[in-house]
Amino acid sequence: MTEVIKVANLQQGYGKRIILNDINLNINNGDILGLIGPSGAGKTTLVSTIMGMLKPKQGTVTVLGTPMPNRKLLGRIGYMAQTDALYSVLTARENLTFFGEMQGMSKAELQKQIPYATGIVNLNDDLDKYVKDYSGGMKRRLSLAIALLADPELLILDEPTVGIDPELRQQIWKELHRLADEGKTILLTTHVMEDAEQSSYLMMIRGGRAIAQGTPDDLISQYHVNSVEEVFLQAGRDQDAHASND
Amino acid sequence: MRTLAMIRRVFREMLRDKRTLALMFIAPLFILSLVYFLFQGNTTTTASLATRNVDSSMVTAIKNKHITIHDVSSDKSAKTIIREHDYAGMLSQNGDKLTLTLANTDQSKSAVIKQSLQAAQAKLKGQVAATTIKTQAQALQKMQAALGAATHTPVNATADAGNLKAKLGSTSYTTKTHYLYGSKDSTFFNTLLPIMMGFVVFFFVFLISGIALLRERTTGTLYRLLATPVKRGEIISGYLCGYGAFAFIQTLLIVLFTMYVFKIQILGSIWLVLLINVLLAMVALTLGLLISTFASSEFQMIQFIPIVAIPQIFFAGIIPISSLPGWLQPVSYIMPLYYGASSMSAVVQKGVGFMNVLPNLSILLLFAAVFLVLNLLTMRKYRQV
Repeated sequence: MTEVIKVANLQQGYGKRIILNDINLNINNGDILGLIGPSGAGKTTLVSTIMGMLKPKQGTVTVLGTPMPNRKLLGRIGYMAQTDALYSVLTARENLTFFGEMQGMSKAELQKQIPYATGIVNLNDDLDKYVKDYSGGMKRRLSLAIALLADPELLILDEPTVGIDPELRQQIWKELHRLADEGKTILLTTHVMEDAEQSSYLMMIRGGRAIAQGTPDDLISQYHVNSVEEVFLQAGRDQDAHASND
Repeated sequence: MRTLAMIRRVFREMLRDKRTLALMFIAPLFILSLVYFLFQGNTTTTASLATRNVDSSMVTAIKNKHITIHDVSSDKSAKTIIREHDYAGMLSQNGDKLTLTLANTDQSKSAVIKQSLQAAQAKLKGQVAATTIKTQAQALQKMQAALGAATHTPVNATADAGNLKAKLGSTSYTTKTHYLYGSKDSTFFNTLLPIMMGFVVFFFVFLISGIALLRERTTGTLYRLLATPVKRGEIISGYLCGYGAFAFIQTLLIVLFTMYVFKIQILGSIWLVLLINVLLAMVALTLGLLISTFASSEFQMIQFIPIVAIPQIFFAGIIPISSLPGWLQPVSYIMPLYYGASSMSAVVQKGVGFMNVLPNLSILLLFAAVFLVLNLLTMRKYRQV
């Protein structure tokens, strides 16, 4: 077991505005970390900080043993953004090739990896279509394929299951679990509780603070409730009560 | 190579976007053609020409449907007469000397007068030549006849021919032309062309590269791109080479078009013209990329045109910088197009060499370098390493 993500006493924000406060996190390889929380809670900011797009305001972030930010380390991270960042006048294959090359992959690697990555998201038959002709769900799947392409040690997926039908979602989860079993680490943000339940470790963020974190089973027993959803609601109520006591 | 992959992508995107390609390659030619026809002057122009003491044979020779002749006898100076009556020009004769004074406010009228005068002189010369040949032929006949009779008469015959020639010689005038405004080289299109060439390249490259990078920002692909180990410099240089290549083709097209369609003679080296345009394109490219940082939509990018692009043209030499109010003159020194257009004018119209435009070119390079560094800095907003 090696530590893949280590966040210590992180405070993050833009200018004077503080978005995240007092975040601590330790993730080992083979873990699937689910970041859940309402929109605007700071999930994407935390993800950006872990990737090193933002410098921590205070505290430290270490990924794969390297203090972040670090440009070169991005080559070992597969990233899927919240919005589909694709070139619409290019075909899916051209998008994959371009981002693969940016990631530092060779022609031979690309040839091998493109069928694998698109196979997981069922896009093999639409590889040579222009992205502008893709549906919303297909774009989401292509973004995921791009993240998977370089067979990265760490996968960071921002809202990966939005707009994906239940059958394909299941297939994707199967693949994510297989990757985790191989020792890859996965970090995903979501506000779908089904996704949260599939994670091996959960962190709930609300108002820039981690209100609860642990394995789903631990959390359910700790809060004496029956589901992850209830944990989230209960933790939110506790936070509000705590805030009004101050 | 990541930069190569960037260039390949820019090429693919451009080649598939037919409308943008058309905008980049056809629109500049359309604008230049329009300018050409607007400023070339039309053939129905009539110029009013005042004449004073001019031989009637000359006046008749000048007359054509584009010229109205006003015979004046006042002693006032040509300048005064032109100003008082709003003539396009005045021709006065003093012995063998013709003096043409042109108002030059409307260069197409000046051109009409000059052409008519040249035509008239050519016509008169032709007549003189014809008469001379006739007289010489007669003299020759006389000579031959005299040769048969006596041996000393030919001397007289040749003298006769000589006299005749001298008499007719007075119809070949020497002409001197004065200009109230401008110089003999100024047809307005010639002045305008190098400036327009520079402006058109500047404008389209600015717009297209700016909007391309803006689209990357708004669709999130720039952020996604920066989530790979790519260097910010590699992204910028990919853009520079990719769009730079299209800018080069655009420039080449414009230069060839002006040379072969408008028949504009480029006095200096064509390579130098291309070099200036490419440098100007580089400045436009880096400026476009930079400005796109401050726009959050394509519409906002368009709003920068009247602020960033249009003022450039006023300071590019269409209005001579020296005629601007003193406090306004230094403004031209912060306008990249001023350096580009003035070098272009110098090369196209005066045929100056590389060393003469080198200072201007270095300044353009400096502009591009500064914008480049600013671009790299603004990209830090997305990724701080």
